[in-house]
Amino acid sequence: MKEIRIHGRGGQGAVLAARMLASAFVAEGKHVASFPMYGFERRGAPVVAFTRVDDVPIREKTQIYTPDCLIVIDPGLLTLPTLFTGLKPGGVFILNSGKKLEKQPDKNLKVGGVVNATQIAVDEIGRDIPNTCLLGAFAAASGWLKLESILNALPDYLSGDILQRNLKSAERGYREVEVTKW
Amino acid sequence: MVSAQKGQVRVITGNAVGAYGALLCRPEVVAAYPITPQSEIAEQIAQFVNNGELDAEYVEVEGENSAMNVVLGASVAGARVFTATSSYGLVFMYDALQETSGYRAPVVMVNANRETPGIHAVSSGQQDMVSTRDTGWVQIIVENDQEILDQIIMSYRLAEDNNILLPVMVNYDGFYLSYLAEAVEIPLIEDVDAFLAPLKKQTPRQKLVPGVNIGCGTHGIEMGYVEARYKHCQAMERVKPKVDEIDKAFGDYFGRYYGGQIEEYRTDDADIIILASGSATGTVRTVVDSKREKGIKVGLVKLRLFRPFPAERLIEALQGKKAIGVIDRSVGFGWKYGPICTELRALSREIGTAPILSYIDGLANLDITIPHIERVVDELDTAAKGKPYQEVTWIPMEE
Repeated sequence: MKEIRIHGRGGQGAVLAARMLASAFVAEGKHVASFPMYGFERRGAPVVAFTRVDDVPIREKTQIYTPDCLIVIDPGLLTLPTLFTGLKPGGVFILNSGKKLEKQPDKNLKVGGVVNATQIAVDEIGRDIPNTCLLGAFAAASGWLKLESILNALPDYLSGDILQRNLKSAERGYREVEVTKW
Repeated sequence: MVSAQKGQVRVITGNAVGAYGALLCRPEVVAAYPITPQSEIAEQIAQFVNNGELDAEYVEVEGENSAMNVVLGASVAGARVFTATSSYGLVFMYDALQETSGYRAPVVMVNANRETPGIHAVSSGQQDMVSTRDTGWVQIIVENDQEILDQIIMSYRLAEDNNILLPVMVNYDGFYLSYLAEAVEIPLIEDVDAFLAPLKKQTPRQKLVPGVNIGCGTHGIEMGYVEARYKHCQAMERVKPKVDEIDKAFGDYFGRYYGGQIEEYRTDDADIIILASGSATGTVRTVVDSKREKGIKVGLVKLRLFRPFPAERLIEALQGKKAIGVIDRSVGFGWKYGPICTELRALSREIGTAPILSYIDGLANLDITIPHIERVVDELDTAAKGKPYQEVTWIPMEE
C-alpha cells in the first residue's frame, strides 16, 4: 500500500487534489480510499487530505501517520514540527515553492520534486489554485502513475474553460518540476 | 430471483453515495436542510431533482424540524420519502422523530454521525445517534461507502414492509465516511426496482386522504396510547429477523452480504472479541488479521443494528468467549461504560463469565488508530488469562 498525505489550506484545492489522485489511480486498476480532515469549511485554515492506494481493497479508515509521500501545497506549512514524522524510508516529497531545495529535508526522503505551482496556477488558471499543477509534478517525480491518468481524471471534477486551464497547469507541473534524488 | 447486472463503478464520497442511494429508490418527496458534514447530500439530491434525474418534490425547509415534519406528512399521505441530517439537525427534530415513529411512518433518513455538545463541535462521533436512541426509530450503522448505498436500498425494503412500518435511520461516521472517496458500484435502477418490487405486492398501507377520517399517530391517552406503544415495541422485535432476511435477499441478488443485524469476522475459534461499529470496524479487521499472525485468537463482531438491539445474535456470537472489548465512539452520561457497552452488559448473564472491557475512543474527530486497537487486543488477551484488567479506558486520555 502507498499512503499519500497532502498539506494545504482551505481554498487551495487539497481535498479535490486527493480525490483526483484517487480517480487517477482507479483508472490504472488500483483500489483507493481518500478523505480530508478539517473542522469548519474555512478559507485559509490548514487542511490535511489523505489518499491510500493498493492492489487489494483498503479496509482501514484512519488518518495517515506513516506516509510514503507528502505533497505540500502551502510552503508556509513547512514549519509544522511533525510534517516528516513517520515518513517511510524511500519517501517522496512534492513542494510548491519558487525556491530550490537546498538540502534533503528528511533522511527518509529519496525523491524531492519542487515546482512553482502558485506561479503556474496564476499564469494558467488566473488564480492561486495550485493543486492540479502539483498532481502533474507528483506523476513526474514519483513515477507511480502516468500523467495521462491524471489528465483523464480531471473531467470527473471540472468542465469547460476551467478544465482546459487545469489540464495545462497539470501538464506544466509534469514538465517543469525539478526533481532531486538522494 | 436471478442476479443483478453489474453496475457502474465510480469514485465518490459517502455523501454522494447517500444521494445515489436515495435516487435509486425513487423517493417522491425529499426535504432536507444542509449541515456539515452532510451538506453535499442535500445539494446533490437538489441537483438530481433540478436536472430531471429524480422525479420528486424537493421541499426547501428552514430547518431540520420542518424537514422531518414535511417527510412525515408526505409519508402518511402515501409517498415514499427521504431526508438526511447530522448532529444538531438530528436533535433539532427530536420531537418530530418521535411523532414520525408514532405514526409508524416508513421514513428513510441518513445521518452523518457528528458530536452534539456545542455549536463548535464540528467533528465526528456517534453521540447524535445515541442521543436519539429512544425515539422509536430503527438505527443501523454502516462501515464504508458501498454499505451506505446498499443499506439505503435495504432500508426501504425494511421500513415499508407491512409487518414493520417503522422509520429507519442509516448512520455513517461524519468526516471519516461522509467525505471518504472510494470506488462504489452503483446498481442499475431497474435492478433496485426489482429488489423493492415485493413491497408493491403487499396490501396498500392506509393513507391520509382529504375528506376521510382515519386515526393515526400515538395520540391516545391511557389504553389507546399503551396499545400503540405495545404494538410499536412488538414491531421492533420483528425488525431483527427481518433485517437478516433482507440482507440475505440483497446478497443473493446483488452479491454483497453484510451479515444482517451483526457481522462476525474470524469469530469461530476466537477466544477474545472486539465489538465495534461504523468506519472503525474496517481498521479493526486489519488488526485482527495482524494479531492472528502472531497467534492471538481474536475476532470482530460488527454491530450493524443499534436499535432494536440484536440481543439474540450477540448472545450466540459471544457465548463462551474469554474476554470482550467494546469500542464506543460516544459517551454515556451517568454510566461509566460507553453506551454500546452498557447495552451489551445487559446480556452478561447469557453471555457467560467473560470480562467485558469498555473503551471510549474516536470522540470529536479523534482517530481510532491501529495502535489503539492493538492495545485493546493486548489488554483483552491479558484479561482472558484471568489477570487483572481495567474495566473502563478512555484511550485518548491515556496517550
